[in-house]
Amino acid sequence: MASVVIYGAMFVVPGDPASLLVGGSKPNPEALAAIRRQFHLDEPFWQSYLRWLGGAVRGDFGTSLVYRSPVADLIAARALTTLLLVAYAAIVIIVAGVGLGLLAGWKERRAGAVITVATTVMMGAPTFVMAVVFVAVFATGLGWFPVFGAGSGLADRLWHLTLPAFALAFSWIAYVAQMTRASVREELRSEHVDTARGRGVPERSILRRHVLRNASGPILTVSGLTVAGLFAGTAVAEQAFGINGVGALLVQSAAKQDLAIVQAISLVLVVAFVMVNMLVDVANALLDPRATRRTAG
Amino acid sequence: MSALLSIDRLRVELPAKKGSRTVIHDVSLDVRAGEAVALVGESGSGKSMTTRAVMRLLPEGARLSGEIRFDGVSIPGMDRRALRRWRATRVGMVFQDPRAHINPVRRIGDFLMEGVRLDGRLSAGQARERVSRLMRAVGVADVDRRLSQYPHELSGGLLQRVMIAAALATEPDLLLADEPTTALDVTTQEEVVAIIDGLRRERGLAMLFITHDLDLAAAVCDRIAVMYAGSIVEERPAGALTPDASHPYTRGLLAARPEIGRREPRLRTIEGRPISAFEVGDGCAFATRCPMVRDLCRRERPAPVHVTGGRVACHFAGEAEPQAVVGDGAAR
Repeated sequence: MASVVIYGAMFVVPGDPASLLVGGSKPNPEALAAIRRQFHLDEPFWQSYLRWLGGAVRGDFGTSLVYRSPVADLIAARALTTLLLVAYAAIVIIVAGVGLGLLAGWKERRAGAVITVATTVMMGAPTFVMAVVFVAVFATGLGWFPVFGAGSGLADRLWHLTLPAFALAFSWIAYVAQMTRASVREELRSEHVDTARGRGVPERSILRRHVLRNASGPILTVSGLTVAGLFAGTAVAEQAFGINGVGALLVQSAAKQDLAIVQAISLVLVVAFVMVNMLVDVANALLDPRATRRTAG
Repeated sequence: MSALLSIDRLRVELPAKKGSRTVIHDVSLDVRAGEAVALVGESGSGKSMTTRAVMRLLPEGARLSGEIRFDGVSIPGMDRRALRRWRATRVGMVFQDPRAHINPVRRIGDFLMEGVRLDGRLSAGQARERVSRLMRAVGVADVDRRLSQYPHELSGGLLQRVMIAAALATEPDLLLADEPTTALDVTTQEEVVAIIDGLRRERGLAMLFITHDLDLAAAVCDRIAVMYAGSIVEERPAGALTPDASHPYTRGLLAARPEIGRREPRLRTIEGRPISAFEVGDGCAFATRCPMVRDLCRRERPAPVHVTGGRVACHFAGEAEPQAVVGDGAAR
C-alpha cells in the first residue's frame, strides 16, 4: 500500500523529469521520447509500478536519471554512514532519554520539575536549529568537533558523527524522557510496589525489579517509534552537516526530481520503519509474560 | 502484659486540593503478642488507612500525629534502614486484592523468594525449601509448577494463598490482614480465613484483621474494635460484643446483620448516610445518624471511656434500646 503511494506521488508532482534532464528551454522531442522510453515513463501507471516493485523486491531500483548509475549502488555506498548515524543517535536517545525520565520519575521532588521543564523546551528544538547551534558552539566556537564530513575509520567516523547524532537526537531525548517519566510514575504508584515496600525491599531493587521492568513495555514502544522515525530525520541532519549519506541523497534527489532515487529511498525508509516497529512488538511480547503465554498456548 | 503493637491517639491528614483532609481522627488500639484484634467498619471509615499508617505506606504528603509503637519502638520515628529491617523481619502484610498487589510480570517463585532472601541469611536452596513448605501449608498443591507460573495463571483464591505464604515466609511476629477475603468468592473466602486462622494460632502470631464483616471478626479474633468516620467508637472482647455493645453504631451494625434461618421482609439498615472522616464536625461523628442524639452530642466529641472489658466513645453509652436504633429501611 505504502509503495503505491510512494510510486504514485512521483507522478502527481508538477514538472516533467525527462525535460528537466535534457535541460535547455527548448527540449528536443526525440531526445525526450528516448529518455521516457529508457526510464519507462511512457508506460501506463500500473504497468510501470509493477515493473518497479518487482525490481525493488529483487534489489533493483532502476537507474538514476541524474547520476546515470544503478540506484541500489548509490544507496548501498551511503547506507553504512546513515546506519551508523541512526545507531549513534538511537543510543544517545535511549540512554539519555530513559536515564533522565527515570531520574525525573524517581526523584520527583528534587529532579522532576527541572527535568520536565528542560525536556519541554528541548521538545521544541528541531534538528536543523540544533545543528546550527551545535556547529556554532562545539565546532566553530570551541573547535571540539569537525563542521562537516563523515570521516573515515570507525573512531574518526564516530567523532564526525557526534554533532549530527546529538542534533538528531536532541528533541527525541525529551520525548522519550517524558514518556519514561510518566510510566515510571505510574508504576511507582501501583499497588504491587506498595507490597514490595511493605516487605522491606530496598528502593533500588524496587526500581529495577518492579518499576523499570514493568514500565519497559511503553518505554520500548516509544523508543522504537523514535528510532524508526530517525531514518527520516537523517535527511535534515546529513544535509546540515554535509554528510554524504542516504538522507542527504534523498534531499538532493528530490530537488533534482531524480525519481528513481526518491522512490527507492522512500520505500527503504518505510520498510525500515515497519521492521523496527515489528521488532519492538516482538520484544514487548517477550517482556510481558501475559502476551507470550497467550500466543504460545 | 505489654502490647506488641500499640497505636496511641493516631491522627492522619492527607493533602487535598485545598489544605488537607483528616482521614483518621482518633485511633488508639493495642495488639498483644499472639493476640488477634479485628478492626471493623464500613468503607471509608479509615480502617485500611490505619494499617497503612502502621506500615508507613501512607500516600506522599500525609501528616501523622500520635504514636505507633512496635515492641516499644516508635515506627514513625524509624530511619529508612530500621524501617526496612522491621518490615522485612517483624511484620507481614496481606492485602485485599492479590492480583493488583503481586507484580504481574514476575513469577510466583520470584515473588515469594524476594522477601525471604532480603536479609541474605538463607541460600537460594534454603529459601526455596522454606517457600515450598509454606505453599503446602497454605494448601497449594503442585508447588513446583506453581512457583514457575505467572500471577495471571492463578485464580484469585490461589493468589491470596500465595500472598499469605509470602507474608508468613519471613516468620514475622505480627500479621496485618487488610480485608484479605473481600476480593474472593464466598467459598474461597472461608478456606482463606481458615488458613489464616489456623496458621496464626499454630505460630502464635499477633494479627490485626481488617474487615467489614462482624461475624467473621468475631469468629477469628479475640477482640473487636469498631471504627466509624475515622475514630474507634467501641472496643470489646469478641465474645462479649453482641450482649454488651453499648455504642449506638455498634448496636445498629449488629441489628443490621441478616440471620440465617429467619426471613426478613426487608433488611434492616442504619438510618442516614455514612459520613467520611473529613466531614466530621466538633461533635460526635455519629450524631447525624444517631437515633438518641442530644444537644451535647452535636457540641462535644465524646472521649473513649473504659467499661468492663472494653472501651466506648459515647456520651450516653448503654442508655439506648437496641430496637430504637435501627429503622426498617422503609424510610429511605
